[in-house]
Amino acid sequence: MTMMKKLLTSAVASAMMATGAQAAISNDTVKIGYLADMSGTYRDLAGPNGLKAMEMAIADFGGEVNGAKIEVVSADDRNSADVASSTVRRWVENENVDLVAGLVASSVSIAVSDILEENDRLGIVSGSAASSITNEHCTPNHIHYVYDTYPLANGTASAVVKEGGKTWFILTADYAFGHALEGDVTRVVEANGGEIIGTLRHPFPTPDFSSFILQAQASGADVVALANAGADTTNAINTASEFGLTQSGQTLAALLLFLNDVKALGVEAAQGIQLTTGWYWDMNDETRAWSDRFMEETGARPTMIHAGVYSSTMQYLKAVEATGSDDAQTVRKQMMNTPINDMFTKNGVIREDGRMVHDMYLAEVKTPAESKNEWDLYKILRTIPAEEAYRPLSESKCPLVNK
Amino acid sequence: MSQSFDSTAIHQAILEQQKADGRKKMLLNAVLVLLLVAAPFVLYPVFLMKILCFALFAVAFNLLFGFTGLLSFGHAAFLATGGYTTGYLLTNLSWLSTELGIMAGTGVATLLGLAFALLSIRRQGIYFAMVTLALAQLVFFFFVQSEFTGGEDGMHGIPRGHLLGMIDLSNNFNMYYFVLAVFLGCYLLVQRIVSSPYGQVLKSIKQNEPRAVSLGYNVNRYKVLAFVISAALAGLAGSMKSVVFQLASLNDAHWHMSGEVILMTLVGGMGTLLGPVVGATFVVNVEYHLSQGALRDWVDPILGGIFILVVLAFRSGFVGELQKFFKKNLG
Repeated sequence: MTMMKKLLTSAVASAMMATGAQAAISNDTVKIGYLADMSGTYRDLAGPNGLKAMEMAIADFGGEVNGAKIEVVSADDRNSADVASSTVRRWVENENVDLVAGLVASSVSIAVSDILEENDRLGIVSGSAASSITNEHCTPNHIHYVYDTYPLANGTASAVVKEGGKTWFILTADYAFGHALEGDVTRVVEANGGEIIGTLRHPFPTPDFSSFILQAQASGADVVALANAGADTTNAINTASEFGLTQSGQTLAALLLFLNDVKALGVEAAQGIQLTTGWYWDMNDETRAWSDRFMEETGARPTMIHAGVYSSTMQYLKAVEATGSDDAQTVRKQMMNTPINDMFTKNGVIREDGRMVHDMYLAEVKTPAESKNEWDLYKILRTIPAEEAYRPLSESKCPLVNK
Repeated sequence: MSQSFDSTAIHQAILEQQKADGRKKMLLNAVLVLLLVAAPFVLYPVFLMKILCFALFAVAFNLLFGFTGLLSFGHAAFLATGGYTTGYLLTNLSWLSTELGIMAGTGVATLLGLAFALLSIRRQGIYFAMVTLALAQLVFFFFVQSEFTGGEDGMHGIPRGHLLGMIDLSNNFNMYYFVLAVFLGCYLLVQRIVSSPYGQVLKSIKQNEPRAVSLGYNVNRYKVLAFVISAALAGLAGSMKSVVFQLASLNDAHWHMSGEVILMTLVGGMGTLLGPVVGATFVVNVEYHLSQGALRDWVDPILGGIFILVVLAFRSGFVGELQKFFKKNLG
């Protein structure tokens, strides 16, 4: 009898524990909000295809976690912190969104992470470049996944100096972002024994780069670095190509350039440019297999951000499954404790400041002769190990880091 | 004798008619205010506050454009100046209460408005618009470059603080009623200005400037004052917006924002009091709902299409067309 009783109580207890674990997923739903620029400048970088990548991850995961269904909502942030902030406030306050993903413009990412911290939900930033997101703007409620400006400047600059580019000329977009990038590059170049022989600031945005490129050419520097982004970078590259900058023996180094930019420029104009990327579709069988599936869905090859959205969604869902909870801190802790091993990265680790550190790659844009098809754009020159690439925790200004 | 009797009777009748109109208007306004008071119980308060801030911005713009006939293409500068000033002060001076921060933001925007006005008022028409645009671009670049605005990242984490040191504004309902009160106050102020003798002079300047000059008015002084009031209200809208969202970003200073407020005013009905409010509500809603739905790739083309349609077919906007319709069929 007592035996029976014991069995019964333990059965009841375990049943209750099981339901307890179930109930820890709020509303029996894991709700993910995808927020990105769907119609503006960054559309091709993340945009609607990023949403596709996320849906692929959810489908591959099976469409539910521990019996709770996975729901997706999405919105266009129009690159505006206001729009993003009112959308995300509504998502977390009224619609029980557990995770906000995507997040491209840095003003959007910072505004959203503030709201997430206030409401204790989770955010995964995949699109933003600003390294301040996990430095002075770090919160215990977001993760910065794919890349940031630190490894871009670091990777490209140190690699190019080591390959013999000793004298540098930097063309900087004249605002905070450009200045920060210029500072990073200067530091890395000088630390590696290179020399900055000139810098030039151009207004943001600049449609005509002729006079700037001519001055860069006249400087006689080994390397011309572009500390700018988006349309400024592509305009500068086009002008440099018209003026035969790389053909005349100078190296052009772009610090923030994405696959879709290179595709738009074409290998004719972009050939020979060195850049740092977090991922490339044509690296190995695993990346190619995933990219083929992505291309079937969307008609385009994935950028590193698309791959990052897929990978980070997987990592999130696995953590929800393992902990049986959608509580932001529980899930974030689990995500930090599990190294990431998938087609996006090997042994990627999320640090306490929210930075996901993983190997980065130094790439060079192929020449028209080397490129076999319209998406055959990069050759990977070398791998930059994670610990070399990202800002070391000892330099971090994030209050979450114990020094 | 009989003629004078007739004219008194007509005069009487006109007065009666005006009184009846006034009562109708009062009734309409009372209903609208009640709806606004009840709205946060049904709709999301932050979204409503966004509409109110933009409505105030459009009302400010309309005072200049709709009533004085001056097309400023630089009003984003005042919105952003108000927002950044308030944001900066509230973030860095913890003793400053929210309403003082908002007043300071409004004050700086007013001074900037005075500077803009003194320079731009010397030219008319397209030249006036271009001068205001150029000045606003200067302000934009100042904000892009400045350290304190955070450049592209924007200014974040502005505290909402306490109203008069007592009422906690981090509560959305408290914040909403504060914004609503400020908005209604400004709306009444603009209504008062427009119907005052001063407002009559502004309208006469819009209709025929040389004539206003020939009647002995110092037109430039009237224009400068209208510009400054408009800039002050736009700055106030920006200040409140930065407190509501707890952020200020470059979007507010960008010339797109100056264009958007023109769109709001034209769609709603320029030169009407309620028009800009309706226009702002419409544009903010269209942007929000389209950006959530299947048409999200098409927000800008759709807004552009609406703009073309309004300019071509409904020149006086939603409210203006409705007024015309009622006048024709009921008046």
